[in-house]
Amino acid sequence: MIPVEYYLVLSAFMFTTGVIGVLIRRNAIVLFMSIELMLNSANLTFVTFASFLGDSAGQVFIFFVMTVAAAEAAVGLAIMIALFRNKQTLNADEVNVLKW
Amino acid sequence: MYDVFFYIFAAITILSAFFVVTTKNVIYAVYSLLLTFFGIAGIYVLLGADFIAIVQIIVYVGGILILMIFGVMLTNKITSVEIKTQTLFVIPTAIGVGIFAGVLIARMITANWRTMPLNIDYSTTVYSIGASLLSDYSVLFILLGILLLITLIGAASIARKED
Repeated sequence: MIPVEYYLVLSAFMFTTGVIGVLIRRNAIVLFMSIELMLNSANLTFVTFASFLGDSAGQVFIFFVMTVAAAEAAVGLAIMIALFRNKQTLNADEVNVLKW
Repeated sequence: MYDVFFYIFAAITILSAFFVVTTKNVIYAVYSLLLTFFGIAGIYVLLGADFIAIVQIIVYVGGILILMIFGVMLTNKITSVEIKTQTLFVIPTAIGVGIFAGVLIARMITANWRTMPLNIDYSTTVYSIGASLLSDYSVLFILLGILLLITLIGAASIARKED
């Protein structure tokens, strides 16, 4: 039987991987996938505690996280398409018109 | 018996997640993210969350990943090789993330979580989730519907061609 710490450590590894992706990559779509990894690790923690505490409220919150993730995916990719149409790049370091 | 499946799914998840953030090719990263989502869905099944696992596959693999593949295809010229991207700041990131992960994992191992031993009855969770969504969390449920409507309008208006 797998103890609760194993699931939590797996979730922590996934979150750390997402942080690494946000820090070392500059392609906007890869940054976006790293954010999805972090959201999924939070979901994994929710499901872990929902199962180990015997309460289904954690599983309900997954729906909220997934809805926000889907909304973020739609709007984020729309922004990237508009960005690519205007600047012909998705490199996050080259998009600096708002930087003073 | 189930322990072996946990280690298999955990290995799939971790390895493909690392491949997502380290590969230079964006298309490979998207397909590797697909494996990550399947691994997490398998772990949800092991935790007794059957409906969540199915929704994970439908929403993430069927919706978000397809959107990402469209995003990659629409933002790369066919003739250019811009699909490869570089990495940077590797050494400072390794130091900072190492400290962060060490603190996080140490806290998760040493904390007293007061959990019961896992006792899954492998019956469906659909009924309890549906009852909660329509009673305790009904206001949030309606707000999420409004959020999705606004997202639909916003995404279409951002991505359309300017007149």
